[in-house]
Amino acid sequence: MGNRIVTKKQLSENVFTLEVESSLIAKARKPGQFVIVGIDAEAGERIPLTIAGADAEAGTITLIFQRVGKTTAQMADLEVGQEIGYIVGPLGMPTHIEKLGTVVCVGGGIGNAPLLPIATAMKAAGNKIITILGARTKELIILEDDFAKISDELIVVTDDGSYGRKGLVTEPLEEICGGDDKPDLAVVIGPGVMMKFCSQVTKKYDVPTQVSLNTIMVDGTGMCGGCRVEVGGETKFVCVDGPEFDGHKVDFDQMLRRLSAYKSQEQKAHQAYLDHKCRIGLKRNS
Amino acid sequence: MTDSEKLLQDLLAKQQTEKLKPKDRYEIPSQPMPAQDGVVRRNNIEEVATGYTETQARLEAMRCLQCKNAPCVAGCPVKIRIKDFVTEIADGNYGEALAIIKENSLLPAVCGRVCPQEVQCQEKCTVGKKFKDVDQAVAIGRLERFVADWDKNEGSIPDVATETGKKVAIIGSGPGGIVVAADCRRAGHDVTVFEAFHKPGGVLVYGIPEFRLPKAIVKEEIDVLGKMGVKIVCNFIVGRTRTIRQLMEEDGFDAVYVGVGAGLPKFMNMEGEQLVGVYSANEYLTRANLMKAYQFGKGADTPIAISKKVAVLGGGNVAMDSARTAVRLGAEKVYLVYRRSEIEMPARVEEVHHAKEEGIDFRILQNPKRVLGTEDGYVKGLECLKYELGEPDDSGRRRPVAIEGSEFTLDVDTVIVAIGNGANPLIGQTTPGLEFNRWGNIVVDENCKTSLDGVYAGGDIVLGAATVILAMGQGRIAAAAMNEFLQQDQ
Repeated sequence: MGNRIVTKKQLSENVFTLEVESSLIAKARKPGQFVIVGIDAEAGERIPLTIAGADAEAGTITLIFQRVGKTTAQMADLEVGQEIGYIVGPLGMPTHIEKLGTVVCVGGGIGNAPLLPIATAMKAAGNKIITILGARTKELIILEDDFAKISDELIVVTDDGSYGRKGLVTEPLEEICGGDDKPDLAVVIGPGVMMKFCSQVTKKYDVPTQVSLNTIMVDGTGMCGGCRVEVGGETKFVCVDGPEFDGHKVDFDQMLRRLSAYKSQEQKAHQAYLDHKCRIGLKRNS
Repeated sequence: MTDSEKLLQDLLAKQQTEKLKPKDRYEIPSQPMPAQDGVVRRNNIEEVATGYTETQARLEAMRCLQCKNAPCVAGCPVKIRIKDFVTEIADGNYGEALAIIKENSLLPAVCGRVCPQEVQCQEKCTVGKKFKDVDQAVAIGRLERFVADWDKNEGSIPDVATETGKKVAIIGSGPGGIVVAADCRRAGHDVTVFEAFHKPGGVLVYGIPEFRLPKAIVKEEIDVLGKMGVKIVCNFIVGRTRTIRQLMEEDGFDAVYVGVGAGLPKFMNMEGEQLVGVYSANEYLTRANLMKAYQFGKGADTPIAISKKVAVLGGGNVAMDSARTAVRLGAEKVYLVYRRSEIEMPARVEEVHHAKEEGIDFRILQNPKRVLGTEDGYVKGLECLKYELGEPDDSGRRRPVAIEGSEFTLDVDTVIVAIGNGANPLIGQTTPGLEFNRWGNIVVDENCKTSLDGVYAGGDIVLGAATVILAMGQGRIAAAAMNEFLQQDQ
């Protein structure tokens, strides 16, 4: 049933956005939730992807993903009109949306995708939104225009200074947390290392912080426990207890180690796919 | 002609003139299950037990005394007319035998393989009692499997009554869900099965390994449902994609069966459990079975730890399955660490036996204390304590007591935790009004009806950890109640 790709855009060298027909998920999903996607029901892997947006009336959801391994490479090779093997969801607990005052939203790289629906909902609930977007270099900043529309203040930083401020997201974050208008909440989504250091900054200023974790998963319903992380000394499952947790309590180092558990096998599968593509003469999509 | 064939001929000839006496039957040797060699099968995922030949099946069936009171039937959770189907096998009427089984069980090929007969039908068998050895009982499970496999190409499909127009939703496509789907469809209802995974079958496909239950067999059983007109919707999580309330109030379902399984793995809450290389048995088996990690690099993309030395924690069937899977994935050394003694192990004797044949190192009366890790977060060992048995505990089993100062370390790179499951909270979180007990299991009455009208439940989500056949037994009860409920509703 469905899963047909309606639109496809390439946001940067390795970041793609697909609008996909998935009417039940489009209707049920709430900000903060994610889906699990698989290309091949016989032998493929299952990967969690955040839902960047949805159109309940049109029955479509938007997936933004980075091409890092075999499954995302296969997805990037799909064209409009083709179907994604299977999509299951929406999974995880929705973000708790409430009027708090000022919310600082920090997005890093691909993390901007799950951040956008949360920031949008927080804005709609009446919060003042300060957004900080960061990436290595200019062309990796995604969804800037969308954030501009819903942010009261928008700060862009790049590691190499090719766009916006030069530096890391932690710098403006520290200024904001230490400033007169201390935020009531920080929502930080991005690479694990970024979430770790942002959480250290906000902890210093006692700003409650929500991070969204994207761990390795199999079923996404609590059945396998592969996604477990330690939060405040307790074992939590990202798929059913999360994906959002108190950034001040997450053991990020451990999470990062678990994320890289299959690195060599993932690379092997990805490489085999690339080699296969070359052999059969498919066009490369980059 | 083999000795067995000769014996069968002699017995058949004797039957022409006189009835076999119990003495004649006792003299027939119990037929062993042919199996792949223990060393050979370490390197493949093919089924271990290869099944009776026709001669073996008939000889084994002739061992049955035809007891008037048929104690075996009382031992069967779904009350199969065991004595009668065994008689048909003895007479060579395999089709009739299968028809008798199918009156009560839709999945003989599955149950013949995975039911714990030694604590059910075979435990009650008079022949076993006579020899004071349950292993000498008539091998009812092997006979059930024999006729089911014999039928493989027949593909008999149950009759379906006239359409009633009532809609039934079944949540979970495991053994319980399959039974309810078949029974409700037979009554003419419009049945849809919802499955969270991308393939139907539940624990039969993600949990029980290929070498114990070939997936082709499960697929055939599920295909029968499809041929009966049951709709199977995969990648659909009730509680997330749609809630039970939405299914009933908006989507027009008149009755719902919740058979979602247990599905929340327990960990030991010990130091080092988050290290890379520590798995729940659910994850390990799902990666290996459903996701075909055993074919990684040869068509499958699912990675799994490349293990040299593995410790499996637990003493149940899932622990045996995990240990034996690890062997097949190439582990050189597999320990099974269990804190009680072997007699207390909940695993089937047959599985323990197979595991030992495959070289699993049983470490009984030992229990882990913590997992040791390398600096970069990988498992490098398991610190254990030795135990001794003390006084009986609540479960009636002697309580294992740690021996102080007995710490020692097993040198392993992978740890698989197989100590059971808690109840998955998903349905509870999203179904107001549904009653749960304090362990999170759904509360049902004797008809498997929940606190909500039209909603029934069974299997692990009700019983805690149970077996395939108990889930099927509850499915039968629930389906009967659901069919009655839907009829009243008309």
